[in-house]
Amino acid sequence: MSVLIYIDHADGQIKKSALEAISYGAALAKKLNTTAEGLVLGNLSEDLAALGTYGLSTVHHATDEAFDKADAQALAKTVAEAASKTSAEVLIFAANANGVALAPRTAVRLKAGLVSAAVALPETENGFTVKKVVFSGKAFAHVKINTPVKVITLTGNSYPVEKTEGTAAVLTLDLHPEASKVTITGIQKVEGEVPLTEAEIVVSGGRGLKGPENWNLVTDLAHALHGAIACSRPVADDGWRPHHEHVGQTGIQIAPNLYIAIGISGAIQHLGGVNRSKTIVVINKDPEAPFFKAADYGIVGDAFEVIPRLTEAVKALKG
Amino acid sequence: MKILVAVSKAPDTTAKITFKDENTAFNEDGVQWIVNPYDEWYALVRAIELKEAAPDTIIHLVSVDESGADVILRKALALGGDEAIRVNCKPTDSFSVATQLAAVAKEGSYDLILTGKETIDFNDGAVPGMLAELLEIPCVPVATKLTVQDGKAIVVKEIEGGEQTEEVAFPVLVSCAKGMAKQRMAGIRNVIAARSKTIKVVEPIAVDQLTQAVSFELPPAKTGVKMIEAGQEAELARLLHEEAKVI
Repeated sequence: MSVLIYIDHADGQIKKSALEAISYGAALAKKLNTTAEGLVLGNLSEDLAALGTYGLSTVHHATDEAFDKADAQALAKTVAEAASKTSAEVLIFAANANGVALAPRTAVRLKAGLVSAAVALPETENGFTVKKVVFSGKAFAHVKINTPVKVITLTGNSYPVEKTEGTAAVLTLDLHPEASKVTITGIQKVEGEVPLTEAEIVVSGGRGLKGPENWNLVTDLAHALHGAIACSRPVADDGWRPHHEHVGQTGIQIAPNLYIAIGISGAIQHLGGVNRSKTIVVINKDPEAPFFKAADYGIVGDAFEVIPRLTEAVKALKG
Repeated sequence: MKILVAVSKAPDTTAKITFKDENTAFNEDGVQWIVNPYDEWYALVRAIELKEAAPDTIIHLVSVDESGADVILRKALALGGDEAIRVNCKPTDSFSVATQLAAVAKEGSYDLILTGKETIDFNDGAVPGMLAELLEIPCVPVATKLTVQDGKAIVVKEIEGGEQTEEVAFPVLVSCAKGMAKQRMAGIRNVIAARSKTIKVVEPIAVDQLTQAVSFELPPAKTGVKMIEAGQEAELARLLHEEAKVI
């Protein structure tokens, strides 16, 4: 019996979402009186024993470099094998690009019930029930898992990374992936910007900014805050900004600590994608903009005057 | 080329979400239903674009739902597609839906299966991966571009902080997100033509219920916005630092 956490990594680094998943898995293991164990596939030179500080007792490492290029079908097979070998009762994945690809396949292989996009620790007193996002952020559901083995994907920024003392035992797993059917032919990273799904601070612009030529207002403030940039749907649809920056019900759903919305009126579809943000700031020239009702702080004013002053104030504060 | 597009019925994006029976069930009163946007705008429209480029392509639509979903299938057929299949049961969780879809997919031996990246009601995004695993075929989830060439799919998908291009031979499943295709409207002639297209109803196969939603809740309402005068931006920065503690 154990809680097994899939530790997602890229470019030699463990992802922040994976550290959240580890902290979540460790807290769950404590609740279930069992151990939290990590699973690393592929080449990763980080000190895995140090992951004990996040509450892992053991890290299982299958070191074959072929895992780095393996597709989800091959990886899921390996994860399921590792889960059986370690008698895992619960598997945790970050709900990121790899988690979305892997968790459903792994669940099918293990005949396990899956809850995607969890936002809180399971309730284990009476069965096993997990709270998750539904209706694109407009509500939550409590979903009961009926199977002996359970799989959960954890929504980003919904569980804090918790660090204590400890050292994990690192064990090498003798597992190797089967041949991949999917070939990666190119990777295009957006350099210098914080990935939207991992960002703690997000600055977002809407039609109120009047055109793509004014986006420096958004990026300057985002850079001053070390945050990511986002936009509303009309902005992406009109081609002012790329689609991957669109947050909202039919775009990306995010839950940063701070969300600053500039010139976005706050239609219900937009709110669904951002209303789990811990603090929301709305800047809009229309005092009747519905977004103010969902905000923590608001300024009614012209973005072209307010934002440069706010950017300067942030810079002054950060010294 | 033979394409299967899985579509789902979903509440309109502007629908107010409420629950009934002591928060154990979604309150469907007054809810307008639409084709799940990811299924329609991206998966189905991209399939239609591929057929426009290669007219001998066959497109089948499939939905797992009760008869109330026929109107949604007609709406989807008005955009395009040769015929639709409805598996006659209530969709209860991702695994049950994937299992029913897998039975239909096996029957039709499709080259390409397209789905939306998730439904806007349950937001699991799990059906594509589960369906692919049940069919033992590769899956590229959350794709933003798809082209087809010599029996293989060339797909661009989102990864953290960028995009990745992948190539994979048929049969393959691709779950579709924004960017894949341009949203379009069905013309009145197509709406009329869709009335005579076939919706084949098949009965479900037995499947275990692995998970079930037992209750729902709405997010807590914000307690009230603190308004700051324009010109007092330094005060806002101070509040975010000292009161909200987020910067």
